[in-house]
Amino acid sequence: MYAIEVENVTRIYQKYSARHRFQTFKSALLKGDLFRALKPDELVTALDGVSFKVRKGETFGIIGENGSGKSTLLKIIAGITKPTSGSVKTDGKISALIELGAGFHPEISGRENIFINGIMLGLSRKEIQEKFDEIVRFAELEDFIDAPVKTYSSGMYMRLGFSIAINVNPDILLVDEVLAVGDAAFVPKCLDRIDDFRRRKKTILFVSHDLATVKKICDRVAWLKAGRVMTIGDPSRVVDAYLQDVVERQEREFERRQEELRKQEELRRSIELRRREELKLKEEKRREAELRGETFEASETGFPEARGQEAEPAKEAEARGEERRQQRWGKREIEIIRVTLRNLQGQAKHVFSPEEGLIIEMDVHAYSRIEDFVFGIGIFNSQGIYVYGTNTHLEDYTPISIEGEGKVICRIEKLNLINGTYYLDVATHKRDGYPYDYHRNLYTFLVTSTHRDEGITRLPHTWETTPNIKLKPPERKLISG
Amino acid sequence: MLRIIDNLKNLYRYRVLIHSLVVRELKARYRGTILGFLWSFFNPLLLMIVYTIVFGFIIKPRDPSIGSSPWHYALFLFSGVLPWTWFSSSSLESANVLMIHGNLIKKILFPAEVLPVVVVTSNFIHFIFGLPILLLFVLIFGKSLTIYLLFLPLVMLVQYVFTLGFGLLISALTVHFRDIKDILANVLTFWFFATPIVYPMTFETIAKSKALRLFLNFNPMTHIMQGYQYSVFYGRLLPWKRLSVTLIVAIILFFIGYYIFDRLRDSFPEEV
Repeated sequence: MYAIEVENVTRIYQKYSARHRFQTFKSALLKGDLFRALKPDELVTALDGVSFKVRKGETFGIIGENGSGKSTLLKIIAGITKPTSGSVKTDGKISALIELGAGFHPEISGRENIFINGIMLGLSRKEIQEKFDEIVRFAELEDFIDAPVKTYSSGMYMRLGFSIAINVNPDILLVDEVLAVGDAAFVPKCLDRIDDFRRRKKTILFVSHDLATVKKICDRVAWLKAGRVMTIGDPSRVVDAYLQDVVERQEREFERRQEELRKQEELRRSIELRRREELKLKEEKRREAELRGETFEASETGFPEARGQEAEPAKEAEARGEERRQQRWGKREIEIIRVTLRNLQGQAKHVFSPEEGLIIEMDVHAYSRIEDFVFGIGIFNSQGIYVYGTNTHLEDYTPISIEGEGKVICRIEKLNLINGTYYLDVATHKRDGYPYDYHRNLYTFLVTSTHRDEGITRLPHTWETTPNIKLKPPERKLISG
Repeated sequence: MLRIIDNLKNLYRYRVLIHSLVVRELKARYRGTILGFLWSFFNPLLLMIVYTIVFGFIIKPRDPSIGSSPWHYALFLFSGVLPWTWFSSSSLESANVLMIHGNLIKKILFPAEVLPVVVVTSNFIHFIFGLPILLLFVLIFGKSLTIYLLFLPLVMLVQYVFTLGFGLLISALTVHFRDIKDILANVLTFWFFATPIVYPMTFETIAKSKALRLFLNFNPMTHIMQGYQYSVFYGRLLPWKRLSVTLIVAIILFFIGYYIFDRLRDSFPEEV
């Protein structure tokens, strides 16, 4: 009934320090208590009470961040490592696509490696002989099969590894993120093969970061977080819950980064202020000296000036490095004090889905009454491509007056951007371009989704065909889109 | 104990794997060289020539049991050095083998004990390749091959079991204590000279000193080496009682080695 039964599996990794090792060796030699002495001094819990069952013929997905224990779990199911406690029962021959071509010997030919690797994976010589041509054909290595494996490209290496492992013809296939390295032509072929397995009602355990694929092919999904199972169930639901969690974490990460930037900016400003004060002080001294008619230049400046000149370029260069991407200029007759990004519900955030709206909220302060002003925004993607920009002048708003504090809000109903990091410029300036306060690249936000479309923006669209063209729509609806 | 026997049955099941890995090892070793497999013959041949020149004509140590011919001492030496090389390179390679093939242990379901077995076996094959050279020189240097040569496989069996036991022990321990690798190189040098290879047991100083004889007799390799020397060089019946005891010692070492290997097995995937 069940192909895989994982019962309350806990896996604790042991770390031994160098000093500890030495003492162990000593005491093992002196007292002869090798096994007792081999006690680790640090424990890392990779899996913590994980239980689930996979039915025969089911495609079961495991998702989770890096380091959440996915690979450890797979290795335990494959029997490569043992659980610290708990048990794993499997029914049927297992083939693990964990590391493709792990057993290849670089010096000998692909042909010989196929045989040895096949034997390692539990095939007999005869079985390999029968499948040999199929393995080579699937790996597309007909012309290179007698060359030593060390001459293979990493793609060829991976193809051969995959081809052998899949031809073991297992009852249970464990797939761990191995498709991440394949080229554009080979990955669909692998997925086809996995699909083929699904059709033949074999059990597949699929670990991947490719959530769209997980949603597409898996019957059920488990989400692992820090070694614990968070939820198991319907792929869409679990993937959404996982994405939600990822977004929250990214949000926190963004906040932390913004906080850091703010602190840096403050520091820079305080340094700038101090430098100005010092300059002023020096200027005063110089004037005093001139008044007293002393030859200040000759006696004094040689030293402090030189030091100043030496220090400043370094400092400036440092600041420039920081400012190449992030800049702020203008005399700030009107100052943009703060910029907040919100969704349409008014919640401040930095991670958005393409379907969400974005509110850019600027707190501004005009220190005197000004009658010529424009507010504008610009959005750049991570390659520096100008995605979109507009301002109140371009949209024919006529400035009347501004004085004191206030808010300017730009409301974007739907972002429609592809996945990625975006940089935001905000500015206020005169109609002729004279800047009051210009913030370049000071604000960033992230767009994430399970869409895999490309380009710059996600244009709203649908697909339709005439009835004679058979095009199957995706089985499961993509996330809210 | 039961578990060990179970595992040994498994080891037998892996014979195809062991066979192909040994073949791979032998193929890979000389891949890219012009002489290829011939190196397995040339290496011991060249070694033999060096020994003959140095010990036959320059140093000239003499012992009544060896005879006065300068060629004979070189022959005596070689009949010990050849199997010793099998033992020492197997041990040194075993110390590294689990780390070198860490990928197999970490990434696929692979019976780790196969690796030391492959090391000892492929070195054994090398030894076998060198053997005809030794026998050829026995004839060239005017000695004759005797019926006692038939005991050679027995000696090899004892050495195989002993080397494998030692290899299992060393390979498992080195995973946790990497220093063993360096210690081992020195221990093997010491061990080489603590075994009657460059000198015969009948050497004057040894014959006189009871303590020295006792010490040498406690060394299992002494009896294995003597097994070769008696069968090939002296052409006499080997001291079979002592060799039988050595076989028992070798079997015990094998089980100890396998036991420790088995106990530490689960820690390999993390530690290699």
